[in-house]
Amino acid sequence: MIYLDNAATTKTSDVAIRAMLPYLSQVYGNPSSLHSAGQRAAEALEEARARVGACIGAAPGEIYFVSGGSEADNQAVLTAAALGRRKGKKHIVSTAIEHHAVLHALQKLQKEGFDVTLVGVGADGVIRAEDVERAIRPDTVLVSVMAANNEIGTLQPIGDVGRICRERGILFHTDAVQAAGHIPLDVRAQNIDMLSISAHKFGGPKGAGVLYARKGVPLYTLIEGGAQERGKRAGTQNVAAIMGMAAALEEACSTMQATAIRVAALRDRLIEGILAIPHSALNGDAHRRLPGNANFCFEGIEGESLLLLLDDKGIAASSGSACTSGSLDPSHVLLAIGRVHDVAHGSLRLTLSNETTAADVDYTVAAVREVVAYLRNMSPIWRDLQEGKRQFIL
Amino acid sequence: MALYSDKVMDHFRNPRNVGVISDADGVGEVGNAKCGDIMKIYLKIEDGVIVDVKFETFGCGSAIASSSMATELIKGKPVADALALTNKAVAEALDGLPAYKMHCSVLAEEAIKKALLDYYTKNDIPYDATVFADLDDCCHDD
Ligand SMILES: Cc1ncc(COP(=O)(O)O)c(C=O)c1O
Ligand SMILES: [Zn+2]
Repeated sequence: MIYLDNAATTKTSDVAIRAMLPYLSQVYGNPSSLHSAGQRAAEALEEARARVGACIGAAPGEIYFVSGGSEADNQAVLTAAALGRRKGKKHIVSTAIEHHAVLHALQKLQKEGFDVTLVGVGADGVIRAEDVERAIRPDTVLVSVMAANNEIGTLQPIGDVGRICRERGILFHTDAVQAAGHIPLDVRAQNIDMLSISAHKFGGPKGAGVLYARKGVPLYTLIEGGAQERGKRAGTQNVAAIMGMAAALEEACSTMQATAIRVAALRDRLIEGILAIPHSALNGDAHRRLPGNANFCFEGIEGESLLLLLDDKGIAASSGSACTSGSLDPSHVLLAIGRVHDVAHGSLRLTLSNETTAADVDYTVAAVREVVAYLRNMSPIWRDLQEGKRQFIL
Repeated sequence: MALYSDKVMDHFRNPRNVGVISDADGVGEVGNAKCGDIMKIYLKIEDGVIVDVKFETFGCGSAIASSSMATELIKGKPVADALALTNKAVAEALDGLPAYKMHCSVLAEEAIKKALLDYYTKNDIPYDATVFADLDDCCHDD
């Protein structure tokens, strides 16, 4: 199998698996227990906290272990909401291209009386810090801008947004789920107050994540019921998964630069190969994007059938088509960058890893070319385009 | 993929009756690109029997499989049978579709109805308008 869906999840790295095993078989005590079996687990947890913190420039006491990116995003948004209620501030600024973990949490707050401004993006899929600045009001309690988009991989100017927020004393959260372990992050230099991480996006296990909260940010407790994580997140910690996450993040961060160069070169080879297909387009800026992300639209075809046929050829990919999501609407991100429904349905996301080879890329380009041509051949839209009854968009 | 039955995957991978009939007696197109599925059915009708049928589909796996199965179900059948084809019958013949994909089988039923309506209209054949009452373009809420 050629696995090109690393934005959905990554293979658990060997380093992570090796780091986890002792905490399943030997150090299985509950870190909240008083006995030495538990205390050994508690020590491991504190060590992991420091190691994870070091990867993003945070102190150990600012790291909260949670179940993943969705939980971290929800907790961050609700933290701001709780603060806003206390201070009488009811406005939140975010972006049109956030993950649903942020967007749906914000929608819930809107029903509870909060005002939400979603800053749009241009065709390049990159937020303008000035637009964020303009959206800020005296009653703004939170700005949430993702570090890197999960669909089109575009990198957002979080350093600029962080500075703007810090100058105004507004909480700044960034969903760094796709960024952590792939591009440099520094919560101090970038003035980040809260940051979400998910272990399974950089070789760690699924079901583990981190919410970083700067010292002094009064975290809202999403899950009640125990004193774990300094009372901010009840529930016995998944020690093994956390150890795997720490090991994976350290490895990803220590090899980040070399990996990024290698993977970006393959990504560009992939982009060049696929854009040779007529009436195709790259989604998102060609350069300001994650090293491993390539996302395309093809005119005249639908994404799910493309994915199924690629799967038959041994390629695991993803799409923003409505028919893959179970809703009638295609990806909100593709719509936000100005792709009309017609072509947004025909999208393909290919996300590479350090294990991707040039041969994988070349095979994939050939397979996509073949499948796109095959599907176009049975598409009434393609026929209309060919016969001039419909205008090409791409 | 376990999302779909083997039958769906078979019809998706090896769709029957793909193509166009240039001198079709009836053509019907439903859906629109906005909602992600478009189906076009071409019928050749002789003595009240569907002697040939072809389809073109822009859509997901279940849209392509539904079109393929629907064409098989009506090929060689009297027009009355084709008119009576329901999306449920198409879905059942495919050993079922995921609930949120049922609209794709609805499109197959409607594309055939629309092609038959075209045939009736072109040939001045009287028909029961209520059968074609809610042939709509897209986005059935389900
Ligand atoms: C940008 C972004 N945020 C949040 C999430 C949710 O992370 P998790 O799967 O760990 O809940 C994802 C994962 O798909 C993501 O890509
Ligand atoms: Zn469909």
